[in-house]
Amino acid sequence: MNAFDFESVTLPASAEALRGEVREFLGRELGNYPPRKRAESWTGFDGAFSKKLGDAGWIGLTWPKQYGGHERSYLERYVVIEEMLAAGAPVAAHWIADRQSGPTLLRFGTEEQRQRVLPKIAAGDCFFCIGMSEPDSGSDLASIRSRATRTDNGWLLSGTKVWTSNAHNCHYMIGLFRSDPKAERKHDGISQFLVPLDTPGIQISPIPDLIGQHHFNQVVFDDVELPDTALIGEAGEGWRQVMAELAFERAGPERYLSTYQLLVEMIAEATQDPGERHAVAIGRTVAHLATLRRMSLSIAGQLQAGEDPALAGSIVKDLGNSFEQAMTGTAYDQFDVEPSFGSDGDLSQVLAFLTQVAPSFSLRGGTREILRGIIARGLGLR
Amino acid sequence: MSDDLRSYLGEQADRLFADHCTRELREAAEAGEFPTALWDVLEQAGFAAVLVPEDEGGSGAGWPEAEVLLRAAGRHAAPVPLAETLLAGWLLGRNRIAVPPGPITIAPTRPGAGLSLVDGRLSGTAERVPWGRAAGNVLVAVGNQVALLETTQAEVEPDTNMAGEPRDTLRFADAAPLAVATDDALTTTSLWQLGALIRAGQIAGALQASLAMAVQYANDRVQFGRPIGKFQAVQQSLAELAGEVAAASAAVGAACERAALPDAGFEIAVAKQRASEAAGIACRTAHQTHGAIGFTHEYALHPLTRRLWSWRAEFGNDAHWAAELGRFACGRGADALWPFLTDRTA
Repeated sequence: MNAFDFESVTLPASAEALRGEVREFLGRELGNYPPRKRAESWTGFDGAFSKKLGDAGWIGLTWPKQYGGHERSYLERYVVIEEMLAAGAPVAAHWIADRQSGPTLLRFGTEEQRQRVLPKIAAGDCFFCIGMSEPDSGSDLASIRSRATRTDNGWLLSGTKVWTSNAHNCHYMIGLFRSDPKAERKHDGISQFLVPLDTPGIQISPIPDLIGQHHFNQVVFDDVELPDTALIGEAGEGWRQVMAELAFERAGPERYLSTYQLLVEMIAEATQDPGERHAVAIGRTVAHLATLRRMSLSIAGQLQAGEDPALAGSIVKDLGNSFEQAMTGTAYDQFDVEPSFGSDGDLSQVLAFLTQVAPSFSLRGGTREILRGIIARGLGLR
Repeated sequence: MSDDLRSYLGEQADRLFADHCTRELREAAEAGEFPTALWDVLEQAGFAAVLVPEDEGGSGAGWPEAEVLLRAAGRHAAPVPLAETLLAGWLLGRNRIAVPPGPITIAPTRPGAGLSLVDGRLSGTAERVPWGRAAGNVLVAVGNQVALLETTQAEVEPDTNMAGEPRDTLRFADAAPLAVATDDALTTTSLWQLGALIRAGQIAGALQASLAMAVQYANDRVQFGRPIGKFQAVQQSLAELAGEVAAASAAVGAACERAALPDAGFEIAVAKQRASEAAGIACRTAHQTHGAIGFTHEYALHPLTRRLWSWRAEFGNDAHWAAELGRFACGRGADALWPFLTDRTA
């Protein structure tokens, strides 16, 4: 049961040196950035900020230099992204491209696709969204019905994708489409496509979330014509490719740091001389946080060693999402504060935001139930 | 640290415990008979002295190796004070006090307990001393002083924890130690904290074993025409348990790596908090999975769960260590937490 053992990782001096640079940058750039905004964590979208990160050389850190990358280690990348998350930097614009779209293209894309897109991603100029879920296909992703039909010189896409975060601000989608409706198994006959979102026939419309914010979208494909060069990897191999992409999506520190700002506010509210119940609540949160960080860092070590972190990533995501959600409950239970966006208090504002977005933590990137199914299989059940 | 040495130790320990730590032996131990034969085998294998320097007759290994043995002892619910003897051996060794053979226990098991060492003589009472009646010697820490005494110097009043492991009261009156030393390192990482570390290590092992038993049972037990492990409700709760076990395990690993450094208090507090919290969830889930059979005396789940319920409360429960961590984090202030956490892995 190797995936259940999380070996300790000690970060190399090069990574710690990089941490210093990132902290200095964030201190400069985010000086007066309000806690309520920091609480948006990796969902805060700011293209200009992403551009600055690209200029600093902190996007595509592990990618080959020939594609605009920086050929640094996964541990160095880990340090950069955990510093961004702990500071609550608005990283959403480049996040998906850096985390999973770029790596998917590096692994499965054609040379032309890599050269066309990766340098722009690394420069902080090119943003991606994820085209997986559909109105009738969520956790049962292999049941997708959106079609990719072969034409003489390419593909014709039709269907509807939903919950597409920031599609309205992105340049590309990596979309999953059924390319062979006759395939025997539903997992076969699926393919991934690199879709420029300005292609005619694509209609993007908002799906406001429960607060009324616009980040989700519905993306409708109405006979969208794409050239052959849009296919990523091999036709019919989309399921295997998307599982690899999901491993990237599930393995990072954003799966336990989404509520870090709330811990910061709880500590501030409790004062330097906390009462017993505040001390217990905060200390328990700190113990879980420190443990999750060790586990998450261990996954970065596995990536660096060329191992597959899919199962370990599912374990940390499940634990991490539960931790993030529990933290909003802890803040509610232990601090007698009415959550409100209009409040003068940072704890109140941050709690108002995180209480309402917390349900998404154990949905996005694979539900708790799906992750636990993966873990159960890893245990030898079913 | 050598991974080879760790896996060798782990395999050897598993084999040895599997051969000798039988149900009959556990039941006899619970009835009050110390398992001398098991202890002798452990001692002959060198397990009791892995933390003792080589020139003092031990193997001079570190806490990561000791962790392997703590976990193995926990996995097999071994009714012997291996953990306490390992810890005592480490403290005696670093103070250049000759390590006596046989089980050694530690006292006190609560901070600020009523022991005093005046002019080289020990007086006072230590409650809930593990295996006090069975250990030949006891290592006592008072402030920055450590003393080694024969337990015959104490009046012993027996008691047990929920798993039937001895937790005895030792009363000393002007007792003469075999040796006394000044150990300033105890002022940064105390005996109480080190006690929490060894219990957390044992908990990690018992957690692993209770998860393995529950998974095995879920695959074997058939209801409604199929193994209960095929039901999603059962899968989901076992998956949750696996996460808890992995987290406790990671926290204990981090603490053991740090244990020999001057300031290991943070990682130890995290480990005991996290492992103790996981212990409650493990007992609940393992019993629920096993149904009524797991609730019987005959079935071998209770040696694990009764220990987990006991160990999580010993050397400070999860709330105790959470409060320590909370006061620490608040005292340093909100902005200091993140740099502190990252410094610990640099």
